[in-house]
Amino acid sequence: MNWELFPQFLATGLLTGGVYALIALGIVLIYKSSRIFNFAQGHILMIGGYVTWWFTENLGWDVWLSFAAAVVVAVFLGLAIERVALRPLIGQPILATIMMTLALSQFMQGGVILLFGASQRSLPIMFPLQPVIIGDVRLKLNLVMAFAFGIVGFIALMFFFRFTRAGLAMCAAAEDHHLAQSVGLRVPRIFGLAWAIASAIATVGGVMLANISGLEVNLSIIALKAFPAVLFGGLESIPGAIIGGLTVGVIEGLVGGLPNDPALRSLHLADIAPYVFLLLVLLFRPDGLFGLKRIERI
Amino acid sequence: MALRLAGDFDTSYAHDMAIIRNRGQWAMTIVFLIALFTLPFFASADILGTINLIGISIVAVQGLNLLVGYTGQISLGQAAFMAVGAYTSAVAVKAGIPFWFALPLAGLSGGLVGLIFGLPSLRIKGFYLAMATLAAQFIIPWFFRNVRVDLFGGMPGLRVPPPQIGDLIFNSQQTMFYPIIGTVVICTIVAKNIARTRLGRALIAIRDNDLAAEVLGINAFSYKLRAFFLSAFYAGLAGALWAHYARSINPEQFSLISSIWYLGMVIVGGMGSALGPILGATFVRLLEEFTVQASPLLGKAFPQLEAGLLAALCPMVFGVALMLFLVFEPRGLAHRWEMIKAAWRIRPFAH
Repeated sequence: MNWELFPQFLATGLLTGGVYALIALGIVLIYKSSRIFNFAQGHILMIGGYVTWWFTENLGWDVWLSFAAAVVVAVFLGLAIERVALRPLIGQPILATIMMTLALSQFMQGGVILLFGASQRSLPIMFPLQPVIIGDVRLKLNLVMAFAFGIVGFIALMFFFRFTRAGLAMCAAAEDHHLAQSVGLRVPRIFGLAWAIASAIATVGGVMLANISGLEVNLSIIALKAFPAVLFGGLESIPGAIIGGLTVGVIEGLVGGLPNDPALRSLHLADIAPYVFLLLVLLFRPDGLFGLKRIERI
Repeated sequence: MALRLAGDFDTSYAHDMAIIRNRGQWAMTIVFLIALFTLPFFASADILGTINLIGISIVAVQGLNLLVGYTGQISLGQAAFMAVGAYTSAVAVKAGIPFWFALPLAGLSGGLVGLIFGLPSLRIKGFYLAMATLAAQFIIPWFFRNVRVDLFGGMPGLRVPPPQIGDLIFNSQQTMFYPIIGTVVICTIVAKNIARTRLGRALIAIRDNDLAAEVLGINAFSYKLRAFFLSAFYAGLAGALWAHYARSINPEQFSLISSIWYLGMVIVGGMGSALGPILGATFVRLLEEFTVQASPLLGKAFPQLEAGLLAALCPMVFGVALMLFLVFEPRGLAHRWEMIKAAWRIRPFAH
């Protein structure tokens, strides 16, 4: 075991967890308001990264301007997805909505290859390349910034839900759709808003991930690691998404880094650590840390 | 209530339960089976290849339908259970175990692994169970990629010998047709009959309301596990057939994407009927085949898109088809077929 590198792996894991937390935030947001688990979040994230790349490459825009433009595009993408694909399914069983997001993910997978090509792309450098050094720990600046964006997103969402009209409306809709509708809230519009915000968050995550690992059509697979994060934190909980994301990041970082026995390393345990963690969460605490316990009646 | 043929009265319990109800249907069944099993003598290898692929998909989807369509449990791991069957059969046949024995063995091993990943269904259901099977979908291919590389071949995978029964070697599309279609026919009949037994009725009760089913004295957990076992057993069979059909297997073939495709076939075909998987698998595979044939033409029309056109179009076409079915025909092709049949039987009246 590489215990002397423990702080390094812990810090890297924590920062990577920031990206998972960002993805998990989007999933929780949609689930909270509309009871739809979005399997396509990873693909929205990928599209966000590719759109940013397209603006810099084809229009020659500055990378930050492209980033902002991509967030705007994502808002419209989210609205369109909700309107075209998911609104017709309101009231359908859960399998239908899961299949719809899976179908969307396939469609977007194909769409990205069609529009942007299948080869690997990379964004222009957004942050200086020198690492941040704290004691023995060296951290890549883009990881640190990704983490920072995660925290900023979290705080912004907390404010949004606590102090804005739209945020409070969304909380109300999350409690009970019919009740919210009967006090005059437009529930479908709230769903649309949730999708728009979630897509915007996904785009931020996508650009951060593209900074860290480059843009490719398998970027969406990385987003699947946010699922254990969502379940661990609890499906309805925004702080839970952050804690879950960081936990998954740390677990992955430690499992990937600590063992130095070559036989153990050759197993690539880090690939499945999040999913084993997912199974454990499901077995021992399926509602997650802050999720709501559901009471069932016949 | 299904409309029955005019003048066809149930005079005994056996007749009431019969699937094939009169001489005309018997004659049609026999003609169909003869036509099916003589197909390799006059169809080309290309067409047979497509039919074989459809057959393998039907077996996997038939199993998935037992779990998703009848029991109402969502599984995102069908391809992973296929991997278990494929590797079992490949390793067994390489070790000299005859194919006729390796095939059920593959089903059994797939079923047992499915049972393990069905265990969380004790506490969770619906979407949470989808997550547990999603974990299976990553853990199982990881296992074949990284563990016992000497046995399973790691990343590059294994070459699989053609199956052999006695002196017969199934090494072409024509010969592989028989084990595949034989399995399809048996699996379909078994699935159709499972739905009519105590087991099938219990599964349907669990799907409709698992708490109510439990109150009625159905041990929901035990029946859910049986559904998981059956579903993964079918997946194991399909995986073994796939291994000997493709003749080389690697962990990449059994990806999350293929699991999604099998689920899509269940939806397109129609959940909760034995006909659904046949229609769904055929429809989706033919759609895929059509896309494969059409994409070079499109590539000529839009040369700037040519690279990666196929990789782009297949998931897009599948995604759109699935979305359209979910919105406009959530009960699938099997339901549509029932409607056509009913309309034909009561013609010329409207209802």
